[in-house]
Amino acid sequence: MNAIITVVGSDKVGIIATVSAFLSERNINIADISQTILSGNFVMVMMVDLSKSSKDLETLKKEFVNLGDSMGVSISIMHERVFSAMHRI
Amino acid sequence: MLFTPFEIKETVDMFLRHKLDIRAITLGISLLDCSSATGTETRRRIREKLLRVAGPLVQVGRDIETEFGVPIINKRVSVTPIALVAASSDDIDYAPFAKTLDDVAKELGIDFVGGFSALVQKGFSEGDRKLIASIPHALATTDRVCASVNVASTKSGINMDAVREMGKIIKESAALTADRDGLACAKLVVFCNAPEDNPFMAGAFHGPGEGEATLNVGVSGPGVIKAALESYKGASFDEIAETIKKTAFKITRMGQLVGQEAARRLNVPFGILDLSLAPTPEVGDSVARILEEMGLEAAGTHGTTAALAMLTDMVKKGGVMASTHVGGLSGAFIPVSEDEGMVAAVRSGALTLDKLEAMTCVCSVGLDMIALPGDISASTISAIIADEMAIGMVNNKTTAVRVIPVPGKKAGDWAEFGGLLGGAPIMAIHNFSSDAFIARGGRIPAPIHSFRN
Repeated sequence: MNAIITVVGSDKVGIIATVSAFLSERNINIADISQTILSGNFVMVMMVDLSKSSKDLETLKKEFVNLGDSMGVSISIMHERVFSAMHRI
Repeated sequence: MLFTPFEIKETVDMFLRHKLDIRAITLGISLLDCSSATGTETRRRIREKLLRVAGPLVQVGRDIETEFGVPIINKRVSVTPIALVAASSDDIDYAPFAKTLDDVAKELGIDFVGGFSALVQKGFSEGDRKLIASIPHALATTDRVCASVNVASTKSGINMDAVREMGKIIKESAALTADRDGLACAKLVVFCNAPEDNPFMAGAFHGPGEGEATLNVGVSGPGVIKAALESYKGASFDEIAETIKKTAFKITRMGQLVGQEAARRLNVPFGILDLSLAPTPEVGDSVARILEEMGLEAAGTHGTTAALAMLTDMVKKGGVMASTHVGGLSGAFIPVSEDEGMVAAVRSGALTLDKLEAMTCVCSVGLDMIALPGDISASTISAIIADEMAIGMVNNKTTAVRVIPVPGKKAGDWAEFGGLLGGAPIMAIHNFSSDAFIARGGRIPAPIHSFRN
């Protein structure tokens, strides 16, 4: 399945590198990536393919929370279809 | 990128910051084929059917939650009104049916079961009478069962005998749970024009016109609407109406996605989506605060009915466009104890029972989760019900009464119900009798505009 990872927080060196390395270690491919500043917050979004992930989704979510805590940012992961439903008719 | 960062952040914020959730996926199950000549056999069949059909519900809900990243707060079941299912049995007390529903719910991890219900808008069958008489004991001895009685409709008028009876039943239910501030009454709704596909408790039941099994979804999210309005300070009503509608559309689309997925995995048809702004006692999850965001100092002051009317209508309009089938109640709920903004409004004196009654003319249900003085008479409760039923009957809308006379407490005291039900200050009532009015009984005829044939 395709999922969207969102990282929100204050900008600092190495956010993309750390998250990308984390994904690569778990065999998760990044299909697309984008970043911007919204209302003063650094926002990075990644579309990823979880079909070959070495970890199940529940474990991944817990690991993302820990990773986010260690970098002082918030990381969430949601199914791509939720965004399609809301923003595309 | 398929989506802009703005779109993605908007969606993520809805869930993480503004408490958007799927309030419930509710599996409606017909129990009509469980009726038999004895209560014991009927209950055995009910148990067997619920375990079979609702068995996978909780797991399916959890799987979707994990996979989609969307919180599903409750997994619920609604069943055919038990008055219909139990009628053919020789039992006099129907409380054991509630016990069976409660046991199965606990076994399967289901949060609530709705359908300890009777439809008596025009008259009572024997089964209806037995069920209504069993309500206090049934609710006092179970945890997850919800009861409802439809006593009026636009087509049939108001069954005033049932209205009189329900005043007594509410008093009795409160007395049996006096140690918990009358908690049993929080699981009991009296309806006019009850929808047969409502996924929200305590009024959910699987109507006799429904199919074998169907999956209904209840979506909430008052925090999201309030957050959307925060960027429109001073804007005209045209602009905020449009904002509410667009936000409701997005929320509903998400609910539709989850509902269809749940229905597919459970192998039952998708029934309806009900987008109802249903508050919880948490800060940031309040309908009253949306009304205040529109420019009112406190919910309940002059202008509140107009604000609520627009809110309810725009939520419905956004929802109707976004789902294949919208049903249930759809709109805005205005419970008192479950909404921290409403509680604050009662405390400050801005919101009274009379104003709440006016608000029920335009909200999606009715007088909800209102704590009343413990010494209120059964006939006064019945009179409150009669007023509310009249509003529903004449306006072709669903109205309901869920009030809790709190034993041993008086106006101004605090009543605590716990969890999602919250707590509330006890509201003052009029101290003039309605005894002779309620003693009349009989039926109030259906209004002239009900004859549309």
